[in-house]
Amino acid sequence: MTAALETIGLEKHFGGIAAVNQLSLAIAKGARHALIGPNGAGKTTVINLLTGVVRPSAGRIVLEGEDITKLDTHKRVQRGLARTFQINQLFLDLTPLETVGLAISERMGSGSHWWRLVGSSPAVTEEIVDILAQFHLSDVMYERTGNLPYGKQRLLEIALAIACRPRVLLLDEPAAGVPDAERHEILATVAALPADVSVLLIEHDMDIVFSFADRISVLVNGALFIDGAPEDVARDPRVKAVYLGESLNHAVEYETGRVG
Amino acid sequence: MLTILFDGIAYGMLLFVLACGLSVTLGVMNFVNLAHGAFAMAGGYITLVLVNRAGVPFFAGLPIAFVATAIIGAVFERTLYVHVYNGTPLDQVLFTIGLVFMSVAAVDYVMGSQQVFIQIPSVLQGRFELFGIGIGRYRLLIIIVCGVLAVALQLILSGTRFGSRLRASVDDARVARGLGIDVNRVFALTFAVGSGLAGLGGALGAEILGLDPTFPLKYMVYFLIVVTVGGTSSITGPFLASLLIGIADVAGKYYVPKFGAFVIYTIMIVLLILRPQGLFARASSR
Amino acid sequence: MEYAFWVAAFTSIFAFGGWLAELSSFFSNRHLILTEIAWLGLFALSLDLILGYAGIISLGHAAFFGLGSYAAALFAKHAIINEPVLALIVSGCIAALLGFATSFLVLRGADLTRLMVTLGIALIMREIANQLPDLTGGADGLQGVTIAPVLGMFAFDIFGHVAYVYCLAVLFLLARRIVYSPFGLSLRAVKGNPLRSSLIGMSINSRLIAIYTLAAFYAGVAGALLAQTTAFASLDVFSFERSADLLLVLIIGGAGYLYGGLIGAVIFKLMQDWIANLTPQYWQFWIGLVLVLIVLIGRERIGLWFAMARSLAARALHSSDKSGASLLREQRNELHHASRWNGDIDHRSEARRSGGDH
Repeated sequence: MTAALETIGLEKHFGGIAAVNQLSLAIAKGARHALIGPNGAGKTTVINLLTGVVRPSAGRIVLEGEDITKLDTHKRVQRGLARTFQINQLFLDLTPLETVGLAISERMGSGSHWWRLVGSSPAVTEEIVDILAQFHLSDVMYERTGNLPYGKQRLLEIALAIACRPRVLLLDEPAAGVPDAERHEILATVAALPADVSVLLIEHDMDIVFSFADRISVLVNGALFIDGAPEDVARDPRVKAVYLGESLNHAVEYETGRVG
Repeated sequence: MLTILFDGIAYGMLLFVLACGLSVTLGVMNFVNLAHGAFAMAGGYITLVLVNRAGVPFFAGLPIAFVATAIIGAVFERTLYVHVYNGTPLDQVLFTIGLVFMSVAAVDYVMGSQQVFIQIPSVLQGRFELFGIGIGRYRLLIIIVCGVLAVALQLILSGTRFGSRLRASVDDARVARGLGIDVNRVFALTFAVGSGLAGLGGALGAEILGLDPTFPLKYMVYFLIVVTVGGTSSITGPFLASLLIGIADVAGKYYVPKFGAFVIYTIMIVLLILRPQGLFARASSR
Repeated sequence: MEYAFWVAAFTSIFAFGGWLAELSSFFSNRHLILTEIAWLGLFALSLDLILGYAGIISLGHAAFFGLGSYAAALFAKHAIINEPVLALIVSGCIAALLGFATSFLVLRGADLTRLMVTLGIALIMREIANQLPDLTGGADGLQGVTIAPVLGMFAFDIFGHVAYVYCLAVLFLLARRIVYSPFGLSLRAVKGNPLRSSLIGMSINSRLIAIYTLAAFYAGVAGALLAQTTAFASLDVFSFERSADLLLVLIIGGAGYLYGGLIGAVIFKLMQDWIANLTPQYWQFWIGLVLVLIVLIGRERIGLWFAMARSLAARALHSSDKSGASLLREQRNELHHASRWNGDIDHRSEARRSGGDH
């Protein structure tokens, strides 16, 4: 079975340090795959490599059978690979309506049309409204993004990625920084993502990981430490040791019953 | 043909003296000073007034031009330029263009708009033959003076404490400050010297380049070309770039008069396509 | 607010009777200067596309303006294309070709390099025009140009009435289209967050090339308008002073806010007219002074003053509007535009974060 997205021997060196080391990771079609690991393990570097923000020192990246290692970032998005950022990367001056609309018109290839007026395509407008409703953003769609509460911005971050109609979605800590009151909305939308979209989720919160994932990969010092079903990973004593050995802070957290 | 080479070298070295101040300012303070030509013009007109009207000897007029323009530069730097150091490049461009316009109009008002000539002493007039090359006396002076200056600058930069402070500030101003180097003083002094050199160049160049109120606008391109092609991290870069441009311009205008002006622009664009950071620039971390 | 601008502009075409007579005759007597404001506004708009949005400081935007100008003048003089509107479009396209060809140069390199390249291109164009006096009339300018009636029906008159309507119509069509298009939206996105833009599938380089080419087209059209309304073309269309003045126009009105160019054109022309009446020979001094003062006072502060003035005006115009939501939206828009005043490279470099940190 062809994986939706896989890396083969992926490496990234910064100076003399290997941030990512011989990483061979496969995300199955329709998977809910979580990537966890201690701080500094290289998780965000992996995402940056996958999306082309950073070029690998060695190795290959294959998206649905096609080698995308040398492709520019925007071309990867056009081929169905989208991501969200741990810290929101939004267009603060645009409204959610404009933001999602932009992503859709880019996808449809009409982003460079300077002679047509925005809103002149009913198909696009309809899709915008659908997506905004799906992400509970309908009531704020005319607001300037920079003025929205953080939880809504986070929802927009995910909505923006979905508007690209990705086949593979990379979520970087979707609930990070979101106040408790708004977390459930985020988690509900993540859980409700279409089944045919393959999702790679980076998370620190183990509750989310275990409730969401059907497969977990543990990344330590840039290399794949363990890769398997959630139950197996949860039971593996080495995983706890890795998190425990990380720092005193983590040890304290462990003592109080939380891992990571 | 060697005469052309000689003339081209003279022109190039003149350009170097004129432009090196701009190069250092850009390299040290990351500041795009489009008004640099105005200081050159100031030096030229100061010398004009001293030599033509006050009877000061030409050879004394040159160092006075240097000092006077340096002082003007220091004053402007402390009172005006300092406000724009932290501005965006756009701000700096607008500000210095504004200064150019003001200076051009002001000089036009005070001195009139016609081209002026500084009375050069008779010992510098005419040319003599050496190995079949026509050596213009005035151009010889330029080569000597500018050559000495270039060497002196290089020695100062590499041999003195001020030079090493300057190079440290160019490399990384924050770290330099952390080492106790008074970066602001370094900047002010550098700006003053750069302006002074421009003034000297303006005085020297009046005979060859022509001096009128539109000088800063006419020659701004040339200075910018020198800086862009030669880079901002050394003395040798702009020096070689100036020579290249000087020779190319003179040769171009002689051999292909219809397209003489194009030679410079074309070379510049070609070079910038191939090497956007200039021929001699280091890859800097800025 | 925007509607008020266009309403005022279009009604100034007509002469009204009664109590409006004096106001309208004031405007119709000044159609010549209003025409200049119209094409200058278009020219400034074209610069805003690359300066306010792509963050490219260009000292040579006059290259496209001048090319469009000479093209239109030559089309008319040699009767290659007689109808002005057609000649306008073709001249714009020629300028766009130059823009496309040089866009690759401008994408590379740092600010200083781009400054140099843009300046160099304009100077080369000027030199080319200078070196072909048989074609361009050289330093004297291109004489003997006669412009045929617009659309075969409206002949240009010496009071500039036809010219004004013509320019205004062109300006209106081109300006509004770009502002409210998906393209305009994507420009704002690229300026605001280039990283995110590439991650929704936008090819930033090709978008920038498109902006530059389009900006060249608009500038060429503006130049053609100048040539057609004055029946003349001369070397100063390529001059550095023209590019520098244009920067000033845009800065006065506000970059990154597409109407800023139009507002700046109005203010600049009025200012120029007033100063030229006082000191015709040395007005360059005062322009320089204005530039220096603007920078020293700070463009953001001036932008905020403008924003306040705009929202006050908007409130006055909307005072009868019962819908609070639309008023709120209007006010929000004014503040957005003010905060986008500083349409600079800063935004792009700040936005260059790679997000997330483990």
